[in-house]
Amino acid sequence: MKKAVAAVNSLNEPPDFIVFTGDLTHTTDDPKERRRRLAQFKEIVSELKVKDVRFMPGEHDASLDRGEAYQEFFGKTHYTFDHKGVHFIALDNVSDPAGRIGDEQLAWLAADLAKQPRDSRIVVLTHRPLFPLYPQWDWATRDGDKAIELLMPHRNATVFYGHIHQEHHFKTAHIEHHAAKSLIFPQPAPGSVPKRAPVAWDPAQPYRGLGFRQIEAERGEYKLTEFPVVRV
Amino acid sequence: MKRRAFLALLVASAAWADEPAPRVIPISARKFEFSPAELELKLGEPVVLELTTEDVHMGFDAPALGLHADILPGRVARVPFTPDKPGSFEFACDVFCGSGHEEMSGVIKVRS
Repeated sequence: MKKAVAAVNSLNEPPDFIVFTGDLTHTTDDPKERRRRLAQFKEIVSELKVKDVRFMPGEHDASLDRGEAYQEFFGKTHYTFDHKGVHFIALDNVSDPAGRIGDEQLAWLAADLAKQPRDSRIVVLTHRPLFPLYPQWDWATRDGDKAIELLMPHRNATVFYGHIHQEHHFKTAHIEHHAAKSLIFPQPAPGSVPKRAPVAWDPAQPYRGLGFRQIEAERGEYKLTEFPVVRV
Repeated sequence: MKRRAFLALLVASAAWADEPAPRVIPISARKFEFSPAELELKLGEPVVLELTTEDVHMGFDAPALGLHADILPGRVARVPFTPDKPGSFEFACDVFCGSGHEEMSGVIKVRS
């Protein structure tokens, strides 16, 4: 994490803002330890030179207490913001341990989208994939199809998500879904091994599979550039 | 009309009685395992999976077979099912239940 912060801080052109798509901490069943880890994470990322930082919970942060500890540190788990003509929507599909967005949040999403013109640029930020990427490994959102249905009338909607700890690109109709690499515990490709488990750590290549992504939004297109977690 | 409906119900009950009762397979879930975690079923044999949890809310998800259930404490989740294709099919807990959740899985083997 500290290495990733240093790598982001050393970018020639700093980003306008930074998004963490969840799994800020590793799972613990102990509420005190969860808070200690969240506090430690917050302290590490406070070293980022860019101060506009957006957070989201992952299931490892929020699924065992419905996001209670997460909210103490980072506030709401779903929210919107606007930046240079792009409307961003952060969706929470992890505070429910069953991996649902839930009817209440879906109604909130529908109300927010109703205010957006059909051609406006919309970016959804979330943790789990909204489409059923590989449900055998819990790489899905139970009611993600409802969110996608709400996004369908919007011609310029794009989703960026976390959860699967690897680069992945998928399209549901015109909506693109992009997952970026993680900063720790890279995961194997969906269904490529019998059991879901992080790729074994190789001391010869300690940062293999880890990284972060830069997204440049220009004239309706998103240019994605992948960076390793440490400068090489 | 009421009498006819009653007769139809009787006929339906009689037909039901001729069917062999499906085999009941209890499956217990607890942090972070299913017991049993491996099931061997015969192609075409109707079964009912009876799922219970010994601790917290769990999930049973076998997407390749189209089976899913929430397993709530104090309740039995019944999943009737007749295997219609041979092979090995993974199932997993899809309710985040703690630090070993990712390893909580099993397999249903259907023999022809």
